[in-house]
Amino acid sequence: MRHLLSAGDLSRDEAHLILDTAEEMRSLADRPIKKLPALRGRTVVNLFFEDSTRTRISFEAAAKRLSADVINFSAKGSSVSKGESLKDTALTLQAMGADGVVCRHGSSGAPHLLATSGWMTGSVVNAGDGTHEHPTQALLDAFTMRRHLGALEGRRITIVGDVLHSRVARSNVLLLSTLGAEVTVVAPPTLLPVDMSSWPCATSYDFDSTLAKSDAVMMLRVQRERMNDAYFPSAREYARRYGLDVHRMAQLPDDAIVLHPGPMNRGMEISAEVADSTRSVIVEQVTNGVAVRMAVLYLLLSGSNETTTEEQTA
Amino acid sequence: MSHAHSAAPEPAPREVLDASDISRALTRIAHEILERNRGADPVVLLGIPTRGVGLAARIADRITAVEGQSVPTGSLDVTMYRDDIGLKPPRGLEHTDIPPGGIDGKVVVLVDDVLFSGRTIRAALDAIGDIGRPRAVQLAVLVDRGHRELPIRADYVGKNLPTSLVERVTVHLTEYDGTDAVLIADKTKTGVKA
Repeated sequence: MRHLLSAGDLSRDEAHLILDTAEEMRSLADRPIKKLPALRGRTVVNLFFEDSTRTRISFEAAAKRLSADVINFSAKGSSVSKGESLKDTALTLQAMGADGVVCRHGSSGAPHLLATSGWMTGSVVNAGDGTHEHPTQALLDAFTMRRHLGALEGRRITIVGDVLHSRVARSNVLLLSTLGAEVTVVAPPTLLPVDMSSWPCATSYDFDSTLAKSDAVMMLRVQRERMNDAYFPSAREYARRYGLDVHRMAQLPDDAIVLHPGPMNRGMEISAEVADSTRSVIVEQVTNGVAVRMAVLYLLLSGSNETTTEEQTA
Repeated sequence: MSHAHSAAPEPAPREVLDASDISRALTRIAHEILERNRGADPVVLLGIPTRGVGLAARIADRITAVEGQSVPTGSLDVTMYRDDIGLKPPRGLEHTDIPPGGIDGKVVVLVDDVLFSGRTIRAALDAIGDIGRPRAVQLAVLVDRGHRELPIRADYVGKNLPTSLVERVTVHLTEYDGTDAVLIADKTKTGVKA
């Protein structure tokens, strides 16, 4: 692995390697010294062209716990607001010697461009690009589910909400199907992509009918910033038909869990009672996010890319 | 040894310790640990993955049999503390499992299969430093094959095995390999990658 651009690029073995590594990284949180020397001397740039709280902080914490030097870049207050292109930003980062670039961008494909253009030599991690993908979110969701449900093979996972605009949904569907889970996406017809035939999942318009056969339910945020069309008549109607409230939660199997990538719209896609209930693993997702991102950064950045060095000793 | 196919490129590795040799060595090491530390009270055994973990568990069983009390046993992954981490392709991590009582004020006995350059042990000492402050750290190895590159020595040695640098020492344990044996092979002849 050189870059992490799409959850769909990961083989099952690679996904398991990341999740197993994350499991070891997570135990670090219980130690007195929450620091590992693995990335000492490496520079990680957080390149955020779009607003983000938890993803940026999570990547920053992950890189720092691995002893990397972290440079935070946000488009606001940078040369981007003076009109600098992605290419010139990339050349600047290259000149500063960035070993890893964590990129969030409003345009789908921006991290891919950074990785393949030859402008820079560092590893690129996609931290969310437009409505395309958010692979580390999918990894941390899978990690959280695996901790609660065990192996995901054959597990039934329901993803509910704005699939059309959701990079989280796309990455999750790809990753979870790689891991052998049966995924169902539930949304109003207006919030599903026109052609779902290439997605490795089932679709439904009826949330209630999927509840009884869900081992995990993932609620997606209704992204108001992308609701620039008449996707549904009113927020109340959306909440009524596709929101997760206590009545719907009661229909879930006993050990089913509820996930949400955050930030939540309480009362919209998820009710406050559900968000704060014992089945909700939403806060844990944030904790796991750091571990998963540590695993990704470690596996991408720790070694040399030349495989010429020979033998090692005991 | 009968060479059934003499033209084969891989001569059979030589067995230098068999199952009962290993068993006796571990029993002696268990007694030496108890003698040196005057009992099992302060001792925490930490095996270095992979084979060191199995060896630590066996030593712990023997200590329990002798003293009638169990000794905290765990595992310590040193991958991220290695000095060659930036020189080789990334590797997956092994499991680190620190016993519930921690290691502060204890005598940590590191257990590994083969002591060679000493670099693994140096990494382990760094890893221990991030976990706590033991009263002392001791080292038990099944095989010491020499060729140290750092000022490190073992406190408990199963077998001193003078080797040449072109030889390769392999420890097989039932838990991982189905059999107990210490094998020695010539790398230049077998083409085995170290």
